[in-house]
Amino acid sequence: MSGESTYNPQSGFAKWLDSRLPIMRLAHDSFVDYPTPKNLNYWWTFGGILTFCLITQIVTGIILAMHYTPHIDYAFASVEHIMRDVNYGWLIRYIHSNGASMFFLAVYIHIFRGLYYGSYKAPREVLWILGVIIYILMMAAAFMGYVLPWGQMSLWGATVITNLFGAIPVVGESVAIWLWGGFSVDNATLNRFFSLHYLVPFLILGVVVLHIWALHVPGNNNPAGISVQDKKDTLPFHPYYTVKDAFGLSIFLILFSYFIFFAPNVLGHADNYIPANPLVTPAHIVPEWYLLPFYAILRAVPDKLGGVLLMFGAIFVMFLLPWLDTSKVRSGRYRPLFKQFYILFIINCLFLGYLGAQPAEGSYVIMARIATVYYFAHFLIILPVLGIVEKPKNVPQSISDSVLGGKAQPTAQPAE
Amino acid sequence: MNNLLKNVALVSVVALSLVSSAHAAGDAKHPEAQAWSFNGPLGTYDRDELRRGYKVYKEVCASCHGMKFLSFRNLSQEGGPEFSEAEVKAIAAEYLVEDGPDAYGDMFERAALPKDRFPSPFPNENAARAANGGAYPPDLSLITKARSGGPDYIYALLTGYEDPPEGVTMRPGLYYNPYMAGGAIAMSAPLFDDMVEYTDGTPATMAQLSHDVVAFLNWAAEPELEARKRSGIMVLIYLTIFAGLLYFSMRKIWADQH
Repeated sequence: MSGESTYNPQSGFAKWLDSRLPIMRLAHDSFVDYPTPKNLNYWWTFGGILTFCLITQIVTGIILAMHYTPHIDYAFASVEHIMRDVNYGWLIRYIHSNGASMFFLAVYIHIFRGLYYGSYKAPREVLWILGVIIYILMMAAAFMGYVLPWGQMSLWGATVITNLFGAIPVVGESVAIWLWGGFSVDNATLNRFFSLHYLVPFLILGVVVLHIWALHVPGNNNPAGISVQDKKDTLPFHPYYTVKDAFGLSIFLILFSYFIFFAPNVLGHADNYIPANPLVTPAHIVPEWYLLPFYAILRAVPDKLGGVLLMFGAIFVMFLLPWLDTSKVRSGRYRPLFKQFYILFIINCLFLGYLGAQPAEGSYVIMARIATVYYFAHFLIILPVLGIVEKPKNVPQSISDSVLGGKAQPTAQPAE
Repeated sequence: MNNLLKNVALVSVVALSLVSSAHAAGDAKHPEAQAWSFNGPLGTYDRDELRRGYKVYKEVCASCHGMKFLSFRNLSQEGGPEFSEAEVKAIAAEYLVEDGPDAYGDMFERAALPKDRFPSPFPNENAARAANGGAYPPDLSLITKARSGGPDYIYALLTGYEDPPEGVTMRPGLYYNPYMAGGAIAMSAPLFDDMVEYTDGTPATMAQLSHDVVAFLNWAAEPELEARKRSGIMVLIYLTIFAGLLYFSMRKIWADQH
């Protein structure tokens, strides 16, 4: 889809610049005249929403860092200083803390949109893999950010997660001590987490640039899952999708604002307003809601190393997804069986999230084991087999046909 | 896709309600929801209640519990008890704080000023424990945010003391309270009828004292609450209009495509 550039510099300066650094041409071709399938629905607005979330987190984070003190004796008090003494500090902090949750909400919708419409399939494997890398970086950033206020959940969450590395055979203990910069989660740990928490978002920004680049080579997937054939299948990104993305974003912002202004702490844990105390362990140590499914997988296994491997495996299996799904049809819209299993997969993920919030005992552990097995079975057994046994519905000939509701042709047209 | 959406939405709602109820789980009695003036999107603090609550805090709670993240000047700021600046000066002047070193290198005590933080009743945790039979009275600056159940929980705890059920014996220094996880709390019932003399004619029942002090503590934890909710309403109105304009712009731009 990277066709001829239509950028036409008008002013003398624009021409001068274009022949030296065609940055305006790049912007024009990427965000103004970029040909976009005309049938994208609202699930496609989350790419823009996520960009907004990232920029918001970076801007509010930079301001918070101006007032925050990364020291175990002062961190908690400096956050309260932000909340009470800094002008609009409460607003900036609540945007940042709820922004993390909103960022994950948006990324989960974005990921599940990709899962449903087969956006990971050829020729978009690299695009998908870059997305998984962004997701992993997001989890790292969120985890380290949660440690910074140095409340009880900060300390104990960090203790649980860093202890996981102790499960690595032979070198585990050394690795854990190296990560902590001491013999437990302490001041050195807080300092390096602050440093890395500031670094990671810029890594994410870099990978986002690659992600968009990898998107603009094959072009957007679309709800029909069929490739663009000619110009009448597409519309210029601006104004059609700038206005649609802006509308989607404004609705998202209404939800975001509800949390910031009316329920700023419901997504967090009350214990994190208790200053960290290494001598008192909270009754239940739970991570933020967006990490709960992985936490459930971690605790489903009686063996520590096994739990750690499965938890990381649950993320890494997504790297293999483009090759595990054997179906030639991209969009779930034309895959009746896949649709059922897709719903089951979502239910299973939510169920894992629920189990992650429960104590790891009794029947919860049994259920977590079943749900974990199902999680992996979805990727490793169901998706490969479905592609072979499923008889897909007829796929429309072109995007224009699918938009105009033209009757599908009788012959099934596999996606290229 | 519509059915699919409905299913997903339904499942999410069920899962979320399960997760949220799970947070409140435990062996403690569930606190009843109270009608706080600061509830809801338009909620505000009741100035008189906050002033009464401050009196309860000062005369009862403050003998064991600190409130170290608040300064005296906070008492006069907008959205709080809104004492006058002169009143705050007088309140602060009743406390002594350590300052220094002076020109000779010595620390000295002086009357507190509005800029000073509330002094904590004990110099450190060990001293607090030693004076309280081994228990540590937590700082109250953030107490309503630091307990699940928030102000409802604190109110239930303050008013919920009762005799231990048949067969339960309390160790000396522990008191039975069904709202406390485990049922045993090291603080004896702190409030009784007419324990504090109210000057505005409000009957000082135990329930009223508790209600007032919890409202005050909620302000201490969330002094920005009124400004936050007020801005929130403006932001939501703005965003709704903005979204509407974008929607109609979108309709117009896309009109030739349908």
